[in-house]
Amino acid sequence: MPVFHAATPQQVQQAVQTALAEKTPLDIIGGGSKRGLGRATAAGHGLDVSALAGIIEHDHDELTLTTRPGTSLGEIEAALASRRQMLAFEPPGWHGVFAAHGAPAATPTIGGSIAANLAGPRRIRAGGPRDHLLGVAAVNGRAEAWRGGGRVVKNVSGYDMPKLQCGAFGTLSVLTELTLRLVPAPATTSTLLIATETLAAACQMMARALNTPQDVSAAACLPAGIAARAGVPRAGQFIVLLRLEGTSPSVIDRAATLRRQFSAFAELDTPESKAVWHDIGAVSPLLANPDAMLWRLCPTPSLAPEILAALTDLSDQVFLDWGGGLIWLAVPAATPDAAAASIRAAIGPHGHATLVRAPAPLRARLPVFQPLAPPLAALNARIRAAFDPAHILNRGRLVPEP
Amino acid sequence: MPSLPAANPAIVARRAAIAADLRRLVPEALIITEASERMAYECDALTAHRSAPLLVVLPRTAREVAAILRYCHANAVPLVPRGAGTSLSGGATPMPDALLLGMARFNRIVEIDAENRCATVQPGVTNLSISQAVAHLGLFYAPDPSSQIACTIGGNVAENSGGVHCLKYGLTTNNVLGVELVTIEGEIIRLGGKHHDSPGYDLLGALVGSEGLLGVVTEVIVRLLPTPPLARALLIGFPLVDQAAATVAAIIAAGIIPAGMEMMDKPAIAAAEAFVRAGYPLDVEALLIVELDGCPAEVDHLIDLVAGLATAHGATTCRASASEAERALFWAGRKAAFPAVGRLAPDYLCMDGTIPRRHLPDMLARISAMESRFGLKVANVFHAGDGNLHPLIMFDANIPTEIDRAEAFGAEILRQCVAMGGALSGEHGIGLEKRDLMPHMFTDTDLDQQMRLKCAFDPQALLNPGKVFPTPCRCAELGRLHSHHGALPFPDLPRF
Repeated sequence: MPVFHAATPQQVQQAVQTALAEKTPLDIIGGGSKRGLGRATAAGHGLDVSALAGIIEHDHDELTLTTRPGTSLGEIEAALASRRQMLAFEPPGWHGVFAAHGAPAATPTIGGSIAANLAGPRRIRAGGPRDHLLGVAAVNGRAEAWRGGGRVVKNVSGYDMPKLQCGAFGTLSVLTELTLRLVPAPATTSTLLIATETLAAACQMMARALNTPQDVSAAACLPAGIAARAGVPRAGQFIVLLRLEGTSPSVIDRAATLRRQFSAFAELDTPESKAVWHDIGAVSPLLANPDAMLWRLCPTPSLAPEILAALTDLSDQVFLDWGGGLIWLAVPAATPDAAAASIRAAIGPHGHATLVRAPAPLRARLPVFQPLAPPLAALNARIRAAFDPAHILNRGRLVPEP
Repeated sequence: MPSLPAANPAIVARRAAIAADLRRLVPEALIITEASERMAYECDALTAHRSAPLLVVLPRTAREVAAILRYCHANAVPLVPRGAGTSLSGGATPMPDALLLGMARFNRIVEIDAENRCATVQPGVTNLSISQAVAHLGLFYAPDPSSQIACTIGGNVAENSGGVHCLKYGLTTNNVLGVELVTIEGEIIRLGGKHHDSPGYDLLGALVGSEGLLGVVTEVIVRLLPTPPLARALLIGFPLVDQAAATVAAIIAAGIIPAGMEMMDKPAIAAAEAFVRAGYPLDVEALLIVELDGCPAEVDHLIDLVAGLATAHGATTCRASASEAERALFWAGRKAAFPAVGRLAPDYLCMDGTIPRRHLPDMLARISAMESRFGLKVANVFHAGDGNLHPLIMFDANIPTEIDRAEAFGAEILRQCVAMGGALSGEHGIGLEKRDLMPHMFTDTDLDQQMRLKCAFDPQALLNPGKVFPTPCRCAELGRLHSHHGALPFPDLPRF
């Protein structure tokens, strides 16, 4: 597969023009850490945008960051941390998720995180990438350079084009510049650990905690059997983790209130909390078996226990984040069709399931992303054509395309 | 003044026939045909533009909306959706050759789901009534546009409305989880839901703020948040505007995101104080209201920090609210600023642009210079925390040319906003009012890409025509792909 290397927006435009002329699709490659995510596609030309990198402006007074998409998450996190700021959506990187599947040493980038719309544990409180992407510059499938959104937080000037790019997996445009909203980094973080005996009780507890005014910024549930993999001490059958962030007096006050209310058996301090929530975002508790297939379910949070009850035979390898709104499920490598039919039947109309990690032949045959109802699928296809009528960009990555 | 496209006389001539067709789709009582009754819908809150709609239809169900849209699609009849008609940008300005689709009868709260912290409501429900309906659960709906008593959630979705508290809690787009949408083909589809994110493109993200151009929303799932146990406000006066702006910057730089951070200039302070007697200092050039919310330990800590920053930057007045009544009083003047300015002049234009915060003093100086150039007075209120300006340009519509000068003044302010790296609209939308300014912010290619999105939803451009885009939609032309035949356009492009 020949690979175009683009280090400037103009070179991206040239590569798309060339691909259009040759009628050959382009596979967009950034840091290469999520090559295994999405439908497996027939190889076209590669478009390597890893050199389209670098922070353009960190405007700390205005709480914005303008960057090239190939910039690594590590570089961005370090630059922001030096000014005590951060990306509120806590991009998880997923460093280890695909590492075992033959991918070279790969670097998660901000562009990849936006294209895949990946958010970490703070999703329930602060939203996802779509809630923090203020503006984009991009090249569409007609090789036209366009801009959408802007550099200010409040902006209702035309359609919110940046949001459409989040989760589009590059099928609408190649991103060439991103402006993101920043937030101050909290000075203090604390995590309360609470033991429970059933998943239903754990989910109810997370909902109750999230409904208190104590501003819980993350709520996860780990089965005792895998808790140790995230460095969490074992107690009971399930451990509920509640995170508090903010100024020190505030966190101390709120933690004391929640400890009383939920009988927490332990409390993690700032460095311990950061490590645990990083591991939860990185899916670390389920990465012990490199051959297991990984599902990511986003159900209505309160329905998580009954969805999992319908899947008990499949796996004991499971954990919950987002107060039950995110279920990670590992199924053994030998499971026929990765149990796709059972999993999608269990979630029904109450959310969606993504087959995040599976061998390529399976990801070519099965819908990786939840199939859409026909009118919605037709509308998605028209939007795809509105940006990329020849299906040049990442053809087939989301749905089968001719 | 931006004008709507010329009415299509063929459609206007078919008024009676279209009404007869609609009676086969929805009960007769839901259709308004009488000229005198149609006049009640002749404008929204952008009152300078008036014209009675072709017909008014007031559907009650998604199925009725679907039947109406399917009919419009099949017969090429344009339509304008309308919530409470509070749009300041002419988002719901009617047209003589378009149906007006009034969503007022969609006024039910369908479900309150405390466990998942969300509520399912119909689009005609008012913004404030959502928070009122869930207050007993210790929850609230965060976006709070100043028209929240009257404006509907459907209109909020259309315009991506903000409000005083969006600095901390986000805009409508950050607080809507899902919608039921009727497409122009009459399909009823669901975008989003009680779950996080959705497969496929983020159509919900594109829909919020799309000003009624992409479809008609018939149900909305909104995110609810726990009500903070305590909110306190600081009332801070400064002898210089620059000091107030520097304080805003210092608060943000200290890592504090207040629940709200509002600024008023001297004319706005004087007008508000004369109107509501909130106890505002009259000897200052700028007034800040900074609200902090959360647990008592946090709020008290932050109140002290902010007060310290204000004093260090030259504040001559700094009062912290000691009770809910006092906090409400601090806000009373700000919330009444528009009607207060309305007492100073027969008419005013409320502008809505956004700039990076650091340009606030420069912008105020420029507006002040423009006052003499245009011969009109301005009072300024800002959502200072997020750089959202609301200059109120005072004029008298009975004096010939004053409205034209006011509109030219407003356009000049918005062009300045864009030049400073900001946006034409922070929360009111482009609508009809700012439509012709769009090319100042976007290139033709940018606008073509936006119009192609429109074409994917509404290829005949029947939904809310004449709004947002300065040129009519040309879907057939925009859909063509000019392929590059023959030799490679860039043979020297590195590929290896």
